[in-house]
Amino acid sequence: MAFGADRPAFGAVALATFAFALFFLLPFAGLVYRAAQNGDVWRLLSGNVVRDALVLSLWTSTLSTLLAITFGTAAAYLLARSSFPGKSLVDAIIDLPIVLPPTVAGVALLTAFGRRGLIGQPIDDWFGFTFGFSTLAVIMAQLLVASPFYVRAAKGGFESIDPQMTRVAYTLGASRTRTFFQVVLPQTWPALLAGIVLCWSRAMGELGATLIFAGNLQGRTQTMPLAIIQAFEGTSLGLDGAIALSLVLLAVALAVLVLFRVFTRHAITMG
Amino acid sequence: MNLWTSLRRVPMAHSACIGVLALAVLGAVAVAACGGGSNSNGPGETPGDGSAAVSPSSAAASSTKAALSGSVTVFAAASLTDAFNAIGKEFEQANPGTKITFSFAGSSTLATQITEGAPADVFASADTRQMKVVTDEGNAAAPVIFATNVPVVVAPKGDTRVQSFADLARPGVKLVLAAPTVPIGNYARTIFANASGANGISATFSADVLKNLQSNETNVKAVIAKIQVGEADAGVVYTTDAAAAKGEVTTIAIPKEYNVVAEYPMALLKTSSHLAVAEAFVQYVTSGAGQAILKGYGFGGAG
Repeated sequence: MAFGADRPAFGAVALATFAFALFFLLPFAGLVYRAAQNGDVWRLLSGNVVRDALVLSLWTSTLSTLLAITFGTAAAYLLARSSFPGKSLVDAIIDLPIVLPPTVAGVALLTAFGRRGLIGQPIDDWFGFTFGFSTLAVIMAQLLVASPFYVRAAKGGFESIDPQMTRVAYTLGASRTRTFFQVVLPQTWPALLAGIVLCWSRAMGELGATLIFAGNLQGRTQTMPLAIIQAFEGTSLGLDGAIALSLVLLAVALAVLVLFRVFTRHAITMG
Repeated sequence: MNLWTSLRRVPMAHSACIGVLALAVLGAVAVAACGGGSNSNGPGETPGDGSAAVSPSSAAASSTKAALSGSVTVFAAASLTDAFNAIGKEFEQANPGTKITFSFAGSSTLATQITEGAPADVFASADTRQMKVVTDEGNAAAPVIFATNVPVVVAPKGDTRVQSFADLARPGVKLVLAAPTVPIGNYARTIFANASGANGISATFSADVLKNLQSNETNVKAVIAKIQVGEADAGVVYTTDAAAAKGEVTTIAIPKEYNVVAEYPMALLKTSSHLAVAEAFVQYVTSGAGQAILKGYGFGGAG
């Protein structure tokens, strides 16, 4: 009779899952429904606000992700495979942007790189260069907020490798570089790819830090999330504009998830 | 394989280290909070004289409507933040049993939210255009003008790049405005257009000024914040915002012949479920007591 006793529990679990799934589906259904109903949304999609914001979002997120890979892979490898003084401090600092709201990251960037910031003021005094309101500020905000997701994922991947494997590679005469590319990388790349997707998506979605540190100007600092905020505020694009922009981001997100699945499934059947 | 299974395991950072960081930050915050605790009393909330501040008219209102109770939500322009918080406190004191909740944002954001069915009782806008968005949809009763405000130019204290209204057009000036859809952003652009070609001012003034634009902020408070931290050389805000930040910004008046006067309309929303309290609040804002508070924050009267 254990089966019978389990039934109500199973029912409750199924119901909770269904309710949860519904909660996730409804907002997107609403978005698509409103867009399908309203012809204006499609007209707005071809406007230059959407184009400028999408182009800016895509290239800045890609560049900040490349920077995260360049510096983050090294940091993640070091954190995963060796110990050095202050290692746990570095670890904790890299985690900070994950835990903090991006608006805090924005204020923090302002206090460091702003025109009256810790580093920003001397740089302005000596070189007449300011970070604020520039595309560079957008990339800095994205890098600070998004790269920890890549470092976390990469570190997890590197930690899951059996140290015995690399030791064997060394004893067989492989160099450290060759070991990394032929032993470590083939085993960790799904984790690295997951980190890249998380980092890139987070960069695409960055709003708070960008708004505070970089400002909001079409073609220079207005990324997709900022364009959505401004459309929502406005009588020029209005809610229809916000819906149009959101649809574009939804499509991008779905494409990324599908691509990720295709790539990793391919990898598993290969090896 | 999905995103998370491929992460395998994501170990937490060394907990002791997080603990040390957390303690350090908490300590700093605690010290700062204790030091700043003494000046938390804003205008009009000095303990003990709350009853003295209530004017005869509001006392009368509270006695005639003794049964007034319930809570209302007021959607108000960001520029009204300080004044309305003070008015709300006074109103609640004059009418025990009532509760006023404010949602402050750019008027355009609020108008969109109301049009989309946000449950508000009163809408106070910083311009008639955003009020029209709401009344055109049939969501509000006839609006009343309850205050006026005058746009000014602000510059960070110690930043000398902008010292006059005409300086806004100088090449290299970093200018921050609210987005054109936000009332103060719209007023600023109207002012620049008014000035273009006027006596002694170039016909391309407006275009030259807008070439210096660095950012379209989402509301007036975001504009003044960018000036307070010195990120930009100048911005256009209301007199009231400049007054609230006078320690950190220099105020430059805009010549009367180009300037505009911002009119603040307020209306009861059709969706209100507490019409009696909402109506009493609107009456309070336009009463002598409400007007006195608005004046204290730099607003002009309903005229």
